[in-house]
Amino acid sequence: MISLTSPVETAAHHWPAGRKLALLCGATLVLFAVQSLGLQALILCGVVVLYALPGVQFAKAGAARLRVLWPFVLLIIVWHAVIGDLAGGLALVLRMLSAVALANLVTMTTRLSDMMGVMRWMLAPLARLGFPVRRAELAAALMIRFAPVLAEKGRLLTLAWHARSARRPGWRVLIPFAVVAIDDAEHVAEALRARGGI
Amino acid sequence: MERQIALIAVFAALIAALGLMPTLMLASGVPISAQSLGVMLCGTVLGATRGGLAALLFVVLVALGLPLLAGGRGGLGAFASPTVGFIVGFPIAAFTTGYIMEQTRRLPVGVAAAVAAAVGGIIVLYIFGIAGFMLVLQRGLLETIGILGVYIPGDLIKVVLTALITAGLLRARPGSVLSRQS
Repeated sequence: MISLTSPVETAAHHWPAGRKLALLCGATLVLFAVQSLGLQALILCGVVVLYALPGVQFAKAGAARLRVLWPFVLLIIVWHAVIGDLAGGLALVLRMLSAVALANLVTMTTRLSDMMGVMRWMLAPLARLGFPVRRAELAAALMIRFAPVLAEKGRLLTLAWHARSARRPGWRVLIPFAVVAIDDAEHVAEALRARGGI
Repeated sequence: MERQIALIAVFAALIAALGLMPTLMLASGVPISAQSLGVMLCGTVLGATRGGLAALLFVVLVALGLPLLAGGRGGLGAFASPTVGFIVGFPIAAFTTGYIMEQTRRLPVGVAAAVAAAVGGIIVLYIFGIAGFMLVLQRGLLETIGILGVYIPGDLIKVVLTALITAGLLRARPGSVLSRQS
């Protein structure tokens, strides 16, 4: 499975993941406390600089990930223009862009294994209270493996549909798809038991 | 135990795989993704606890940076965007769906699944979705309902699909529909 970590190596890739997450929490709190439009614009400029530092390719990838926000940006700007509070709308939009961009920045510069390390550290106190950390980790590993396998099997089912029908595959593909998923789970469970179980 | 972990993992993966399916367009031009169909199915098939855990596993892996949300999105940015409430609400929606499913064993499976999915996958999920939207974009309650309301028809279709798929699964693999095991 491909994670969202950027292949462009940055200095931040080597920072401890915990520190980056703490910084992100702090930055998000500041973002939500600041009300003035000027300050929000300044912060967004700073975020843009952060994205530009590792190079054009990194900045482009980062910008592409914000594309999903454009409908909301448009909605807020139009809405606030209509009620005559454009400055308020702009501040809101800038804050949303900065918050999402900063969070994406942490994801783009942190490897999945490092994030899992933070998760394990956070779960350590719960483990002492009897939380089954190892089972949770096994479930996570299985899910990461299952996701692309299921996507592929779904693709094969639609192919099989196309071979038999000229119409588009409808919802009817979903029942065999769910049956395939459940069968996979049962087979994996059997294999786990055969290898000594949990 | 192995079976429960495998089923939880596979249903978490099912939410992801359904999110990757091409989005349908309603006649009104509103796109719908099948992702929340996966959340509903977690509840109706696995029941409250396991269904909730499957959805929780999905949300945690999205936060850790896997591109599992509809359209290949994911990572921490998803938790700062206006749709954060829907993501955070997934486990609670799946749990509620499963809980209702377990409490309605006397009803025919299709009816029970439809009721459970409507309450868990629409009402409960939208409570979280609306709250998140109001928080991030600072909208009022009625404005938010007006904006997000366009997605309700798509979700009603998913409720019907959940009922059909759950009933189909109970026929095809009765032993694996954990919400109907005594």
